[in-house]
Amino acid sequence: MDQLLQHIFNALVLGGTYALLGIGLTLIFGIMNVVNFTHGALYTFGGYAMYLAAVALGLNFFVALPVALVAGLVLGAIIEFTLLRPLRRSDIDTTMLVMIGAGIIMQSGTLWIFGGVAKAVPTPFPAQPLTFGPVSLSYVNLFVLCAAVALIAITYFTINGTKLGRAMRATFQDHDTAALMGVNVSLIYTATFAIGSALASAAGALLGPVYVVTPQMGDLAAVKAFAIVILGGLGSISGATIGGFILAFAEELGAGYISSGYRDAMGFLIIIAVLLVKPTGLFARAERIG
Amino acid sequence: MLMSRRTTLAALAFSLLAGTAFAADTIKIGVNEPLTGAFAASGTYVVNGAKIAADEINAKGGILGKKVELVIEDNKSNPTEAASVAEKLITSDKVPVLMGAWGSSLTLATMPKLEEYSVPMLVETSSSGKITTSGNPFIFRISPPSSVEAEAFEPSVKKLGLKKVDFLVINNDWGRGAAADFSKMLKANGVEVGLVETMDQSAQDMSAQLAKLKASDADTIMVTSAVDQLTLLFKQMAALGLKKRIITTGGSQNPDQIIAQAGAAADGTMHLTTFLPWWPEKTPNPEATAYFLGEWKKRGFDFAGATESFRGYDGIRTVAAAIAAGGGTDPASIQKGFWKVDFMGLNGPIKFNKSGPAGKESGQSKPNVYIIEISGGKVNQVQLGG
Repeated sequence: MDQLLQHIFNALVLGGTYALLGIGLTLIFGIMNVVNFTHGALYTFGGYAMYLAAVALGLNFFVALPVALVAGLVLGAIIEFTLLRPLRRSDIDTTMLVMIGAGIIMQSGTLWIFGGVAKAVPTPFPAQPLTFGPVSLSYVNLFVLCAAVALIAITYFTINGTKLGRAMRATFQDHDTAALMGVNVSLIYTATFAIGSALASAAGALLGPVYVVTPQMGDLAAVKAFAIVILGGLGSISGATIGGFILAFAEELGAGYISSGYRDAMGFLIIIAVLLVKPTGLFARAERIG
Repeated sequence: MLMSRRTTLAALAFSLLAGTAFAADTIKIGVNEPLTGAFAASGTYVVNGAKIAADEINAKGGILGKKVELVIEDNKSNPTEAASVAEKLITSDKVPVLMGAWGSSLTLATMPKLEEYSVPMLVETSSSGKITTSGNPFIFRISPPSSVEAEAFEPSVKKLGLKKVDFLVINNDWGRGAAADFSKMLKANGVEVGLVETMDQSAQDMSAQLAKLKASDADTIMVTSAVDQLTLLFKQMAALGLKKRIITTGGSQNPDQIIAQAGAAADGTMHLTTFLPWWPEKTPNPEATAYFLGEWKKRGFDFAGATESFRGYDGIRTVAAAIAAGGGTDPASIQKGFWKVDFMGLNGPIKFNKSGPAGKESGQSKPNVYIIEISGGKVNQVQLGG
């Protein structure tokens, strides 16, 4: 029982960051129909941005976090402007290849600049964990969970409660009609990619201090993000959020009670099961009509 | 377009010419290491150590009147890549001897290629027992197999008062091999063996495994992995409030890097290592150790990498000794030469004993194994046995 409580806590923390990763990816796919293969590299970028801001520039931890987030926002906008905008009219395969290439360039660039040795980002939180009886929870993990939930809530509000969000949803439903109604579709695309990138970068910046920052940290993160998006249904924000938590619980409980050797396989077993039963994912978006 | 194609052709022709010109007066040594992927940090250290050895050998006039040239390739921490890198080095670069491939799974994947092309390889880091017992006569290993580590640790079992041990190992030949060899030794000494948990080589979050280990009644956890994953583990153990005796195996811990990155979380952890760069005077070959550490520092490398990189240094020195002893630069002469190698490495005498099925023996050298403890942010040696 004690062990179960600990597992549940661990899964909640993990699920928050998984959800963050999934939302960024699903947003870009849903609105732009772009499979973003730079998602893992943007996650890594967030980790290194955090490292540079907190260690090299010596900024306060809580100042460095928004800096990393904004850096991700800007990088996302640059990628959209230079790579995706010229390819707007090309087919999905071309875009995919360009994004795979961009992802490789970003990862190799990180390796070239920072080297392969992991970097640690110090946190202002006490090393001693909070203990509730047999359950331990570190302050930094608690902070990561809260920050992730806050970012998810902000994203949700942006999409559902603001003018920008309405324009985004309109573009997602039918970009031709949205354009005719006066929505600046190009701007919406840039904003969407920038927001998605900022979320990936924020996930990297939050988890960099929890783990360590390495050029390869995005590889596994990207695989997980894709899994979450498939699980939750392409383009669905609530689907990605719930998918993130489902994956985290599957991994955590699978490793805890079945076999740790198959930890990373657990999530994929669930995905296969979901695809068999509900091929569009648990929370499929309504397809665009026409 | 035409212009660029012509330039490419010219460059290609030039590089081919340059290649043959080089081949005439150098001896190529293929280096097959993980420079990207999960083991990037460790592989890069080994390669930097190898470069120091090659420069030292060349400064002294080379071997058999020829300069040594390292042909370095990245196996991306991936066994499939390790095998194709070996093939590329042998067939395209025409190297007569290799050094590699850091991890046990990486080395095991390249071994069939060595047999296919009859080219010997010096194994500098891998510790799976299978490598030297599967009957591959082209394998010569200077790192200790986990059974040798377990044997060296045996006298300390009583001293530390181990009662029940759980394992947390990287899910590959290295980790599972270590768990098997140490379990055998512990059981023979009346110590109970509990859980054997595994983790993927690129996993960053091990909280599920750790929660399970925390709930177990074992007093000690033996951990096998490389520095980056160990750093994460110690931080996550602290976060979970897991306080048990931790002993790591495998010699790829880079204790100073752990201290720098995991901080107080690493306090009290013990590590089996094969090199003592903190006390050059205590090593079997203080003069060579001092030279190596001096060069390492002069090149601006991080001291933390010394426990890893010394294997690259000793590895290339062993290959050079084999070339000199064999008297030729073809693979067969070098393979024979390995059996005649006998010199003092940074962690003990390097001399190959026969290991594996008769007629197809691999070479295994027996290095020293030490145990160190991190306490108060410093590395302290723990006497084995007693």
